[in-house]
Amino acid sequence: MPELGRAALILCLGLSLYATVAGSLAARERRRRLAVSAQNALIAAFGAAAVASAVLLSALARHDFSFTYVADHTSRKLPTLYALSAFWGGQEGSLLLWLLVLLGYASAAVYFNRVAAREVIAWVVPTLGVIASFFALLLVAVANPFQTQAAPADGLGLNPSLQNPYFAIHPPMLYLGYVGLSVPFAFAMGALLSGRTDERWIVATRRWTLGAWTFLGVGQLLGAHWAYVEVGWGGYYGWDPVENAALMPWLAATAFLHSVMVQEKKGMMKVWNMLLVVLAFCLSIFGTFLTRSGIITSIHSFTQSSIGPWFLGFICLITTASLLLVFKRLPLLRAKTKLESIISREATFLYNNLLLVALCLTILWGVTYPLLTQAVLGQTVTVGRPYYDFFLRVFGLPLLLLMGIGPLIAWRRASWSSVRRILGIPAAVSLAVGGALIGLGAGSSLPGLFAYSFAAFVLASILLEFVRGTMARQAVAGGGYGAAFVELVARNRRRYGGYVVHAAIVFLAIGIAGSSAYQSTYETGTKALMPGDSVTVAGDRYVFRGLTVRPNVGNHRELRAAFDVYSGNTYLGRQAPGQNFYFREQQTSSEMSIASSWLTGEDRDMILGGTTKTGGVFVKILVKPLINLIWLAGFIFVAGCLITLWPDAREVRRLAERYGEVGARVRA
Amino acid sequence: MTTFGLVLGALLAIGCVVAVSRPFLREPALAADADRLYEPDAAERRRLSLAEERDRALSALKELEFDHRTGKISDEDYRTTIGPLRRQAGDALRALER
Repeated sequence: MPELGRAALILCLGLSLYATVAGSLAARERRRRLAVSAQNALIAAFGAAAVASAVLLSALARHDFSFTYVADHTSRKLPTLYALSAFWGGQEGSLLLWLLVLLGYASAAVYFNRVAAREVIAWVVPTLGVIASFFALLLVAVANPFQTQAAPADGLGLNPSLQNPYFAIHPPMLYLGYVGLSVPFAFAMGALLSGRTDERWIVATRRWTLGAWTFLGVGQLLGAHWAYVEVGWGGYYGWDPVENAALMPWLAATAFLHSVMVQEKKGMMKVWNMLLVVLAFCLSIFGTFLTRSGIITSIHSFTQSSIGPWFLGFICLITTASLLLVFKRLPLLRAKTKLESIISREATFLYNNLLLVALCLTILWGVTYPLLTQAVLGQTVTVGRPYYDFFLRVFGLPLLLLMGIGPLIAWRRASWSSVRRILGIPAAVSLAVGGALIGLGAGSSLPGLFAYSFAAFVLASILLEFVRGTMARQAVAGGGYGAAFVELVARNRRRYGGYVVHAAIVFLAIGIAGSSAYQSTYETGTKALMPGDSVTVAGDRYVFRGLTVRPNVGNHRELRAAFDVYSGNTYLGRQAPGQNFYFREQQTSSEMSIASSWLTGEDRDMILGGTTKTGGVFVKILVKPLINLIWLAGFIFVAGCLITLWPDAREVRRLAERYGEVGARVRA
Repeated sequence: MTTFGLVLGALLAIGCVVAVSRPFLREPALAADADRLYEPDAAERRRLSLAEERDRALSALKELEFDHRTGKISDEDYRTTIGPLRRQAGDALRALER
């Protein structure tokens, strides 16, 4: 039923345009029924997008190759999970997912805030309507997923690197993050347009921002793990432009989540917060543009397409309009107080913001530099890994240190003597860890040494915060330390959930430093390894036993090279790196073999580079210390975010009382 | 277009039109005043601003007490900071009661 899909998309476009026009008119002329009608249009547009998505999913599940999209991205033998995942495997489908998620967020955000932020919501609806209209227009006019053809006998199949379980979850997670940033953007614009620049819009969007930020963070980690296990190069982040495109809005949103606390506590940084919201949202659109336009060379860019100019136009429009609006409302955004001391919590948030934004803009420069050189000089000059690694150290290491210092400094002002006293224990732990590492011979990498020492500093400061907080709580409330600990976290979810997230970032930093600065590598030279040959890497012996082939495993053929691994005389197990050849797609994918030690956090990675006619192999072996801390960090990150996101009844009551919502009628 | 698709498309369109026009169907004839969007007056805006100020000051006081108990703030810093914060919270509370 491609017609139903097309009709649903046209309907979605019409409803989004109505929400924009009617919503603007209603907000401008303060017409209540029209405003509710515009809200309903946005929710109905979500229904229409859901119907369009259901039609596409149904066609993918049924292998209905009369849909050009289905024929281009699936084949008969493609497992059902991957056939359904092809929904976001191509341009048209991924744009439809963008629209679906956007309208889902928009409907939920408008519905749940229709009372709490009723003055702002009237302008939020048309703002979200503009974004939805853009994506709906693209789907109707430029990238329609419901184009049909005479059904071929079989489809072209799905890119082999996308035939991985991570593909079923990584892109939706990223989209939930990218698109989720539309909500704080719309509320910020709503606040500016309505002239209600108090804290209402921040209160209304706090959890939406944090949720989007969580999804974006988890999505990136899943993407990193996918790249690690599937792409077959032994790395997890290659500073690829599309990877950077997801990192940039996450960094901007991280800065916002910190600086917004300064606005809540002190009424400062209002302009800065508006600019950060605009930056995060524009970067999320820019990320979609990079991925979907095919303008850059990236393993994630699947196609050249004509949507680039549309996205560029939209980015220019929203950036200009948002900045003009911020400029127009500057008098309303004046800070009520000033920074009292450069040694205070708010000052550390300011430093952290500057470093995060500097890192974000440095990455943006690296991503756009090839485009600019192409436009200006006529030749593409790319910036490579050394550029990004350098700036990651320059900005990342001080950021890591600040993560330990910030929570220990009081709001408003702190004297040098109290700072020295409070930082004494973490500093001593940090120095001890640094000294121990040098003593153990790990001083070969200076950035690695700094990263570990700073990580120890942060972990010590987090632990101290929990210990001191629990003791203080126990002293006030009595009872046991366990109950005091639970009460402490429950009463201050943002603060202590935030500390858990900080701990996750520390584990991430340790994992990155360990796996990159202290990695051991072996690569077969010109002479292939023959059965019985062995090599030694990082003290372990790898003995090649021979090649095996499974000619028909579903939709592909498997080739594996078997290696037995020994540490001294102890047998550690068998590893079998290989390659899969996909019949329909006529493509080969590298299948890396990973042996993880959950005790030490180390991975032994083996990549099959090639084979000879005589049964020899070329392999690459990588030993990555502590890499599993990166994935462990993901779980800690989610736990911290959940603590922070968990609703607090006390806070809900306080805000309801503040904004006079008790007994308020449900009127827009 | 298949008949089934046509029927589903028509039902979807009708559902959307009903949803969009529902506010007008529920309240077909309204005086202009009753159709006005809620907008706080100057007094309400002032109350809200004061409530935010009060909450900010009370939260800062709570934070200061906690930081002092955990040893993050010295007695001297505590004494110099608590006075202005108490005044700020008191001013906001008094203004709200007026």
